[in-house]
Amino acid sequence: MSEARETHPMSAKEIKVLAAQWLERRERSDWSEKDRAELDAWLAQSTAHEVAYVRLESAWARTERLVVLRPLAGEQISHEHTGRRFFTPVLIRAAAAFALIAVLGMGAAYFLLQPRDRSYSTPVGGRETIAFADGTRIELNTNTALRARMNTDQRIVWLDRGEAFFRVKHDATHPFIVMIGTHRVTDIGTQFAVARDSKNVRVSVTEGRVTFDAPGVASQAALLKQGDVAIASAQSMSVTRKSTQALSEELGWRRGLIVFRHTTLADAAAELNRYNRVKLIVTDPVAAQRTIGATFRTSDVELFARVAEVALGLHVTDRGNEIEISR
Amino acid sequence: MADTENSRENAAVKPMTAPETRAWFVREVLPLEAMLVRYLRHNWRDKSDIEDLLQDIYVRVYEAAKKQLPDAAKPFVFTTARNLLINRVRREHVIPIEAVADLDALDVAIDAPGPDRNVIARDELRKLQGALERLPPRCREVVIKRRIEGLSRHEIAIAMGITEDTVSAHLTDGMCALADFLYGGDRP
Repeated sequence: MSEARETHPMSAKEIKVLAAQWLERRERSDWSEKDRAELDAWLAQSTAHEVAYVRLESAWARTERLVVLRPLAGEQISHEHTGRRFFTPVLIRAAAAFALIAVLGMGAAYFLLQPRDRSYSTPVGGRETIAFADGTRIELNTNTALRARMNTDQRIVWLDRGEAFFRVKHDATHPFIVMIGTHRVTDIGTQFAVARDSKNVRVSVTEGRVTFDAPGVASQAALLKQGDVAIASAQSMSVTRKSTQALSEELGWRRGLIVFRHTTLADAAAELNRYNRVKLIVTDPVAAQRTIGATFRTSDVELFARVAEVALGLHVTDRGNEIEISR
Repeated sequence: MADTENSRENAAVKPMTAPETRAWFVREVLPLEAMLVRYLRHNWRDKSDIEDLLQDIYVRVYEAAKKQLPDAAKPFVFTTARNLLINRVRREHVIPIEAVADLDALDVAIDAPGPDRNVIARDELRKLQGALERLPPRCREVVIKRRIEGLSRHEIAIAMGITEDTVSAHLTDGMCALADFLYGGDRP
């Protein structure tokens, strides 16, 4: 370590401000490759620059978690509520929900323009966004597999497993079709989610309309509108209407969240298990029927167990790859 | 990448990649900042030097880590701090007696266990909110609009009736202050 390093032409405070200016610039929409190169050059100039930047960047990334304070869709932040008055009720609500959120990046986006069928999948706990050349975007939730045929003649996606959210660029001459086994969803200009498990197919429409065709269940396709949630098995289909807020919560996974409202512990555990390799097992039937209302990060298995232990007074046994919750 | 020289220099040690060094620094070193600031304050008379001292320690630790990751971050960081202070004392002919006197106490602090991870997780939101509340009002409003409401620079400027440059200036101030609150505890 040479003594020369101790003397920098600029004070630490000045370097910190420069680092913050870079960080702020990087978040702007007009950030370019040229900017990137300039930032890299600045970082390479001295370790003091790099250290200051890394420190600010990591602190700023932590503030992403504050997104928990964002009201879910349907509630608007009223702009006269600024400053402290805004925080108090929100803090209580957030704390009450034991909510901690880190939406650290939306996952890689792929820009593809391929004529052939392409397969996409995510592992347990994974989440990815695929952006297609026509402007359509598909967000894949945990443990999901789909195939896409997106070309000038056809736009078809086969959802083989899991759940996905579709933001379709409408094109009346080339309808966008999602196949789930024999069930078919056809977009009429819209945003919607499709999920499947071993028994059911669930279609939730957040914007616009789709037709939902479930052969063998209904003789004609159902027209689903904004707020409609259709659940179809091989034998039956039901449609319910949900509020924007309820739908937004249901699709919390798009922000890395799971929202529970009056959810039984058994259902909540099953939901978290979709996202994690460490599985929650609720052995006690009475405990399984206790209900909770909370927001979790999809990866918060341990926090969930801790809430069950501390808030519900249940017994938690951690066995490494599974966590048992009992009375 | 940038570490090729180091690997030639010391072939036995596998150098860290830049992302590895960064991740290690964020994970192991930055959480020590509050303790480190307390240590510097306690041992250094001129409080206006603290920020520069902190930076020098970080630079030394970071450069050393690029070559080889220390086994344990905490003893390494505090040893670096102590050596730096001793060098400063020699060079500047000022003698903060406590710098030497406190070394034993320092060793105790190093061995103390860190807080349990779950406690960290539960406290994070409260800590973030505390940091946010301490920002000046306008600056806080901009940070809230950016971070919680997810508005763009342009949208914030319109909503608050200020220029985009002012939005940027508030964000820059906010970034600096939040990092100080989050890592440095009660600083400044």
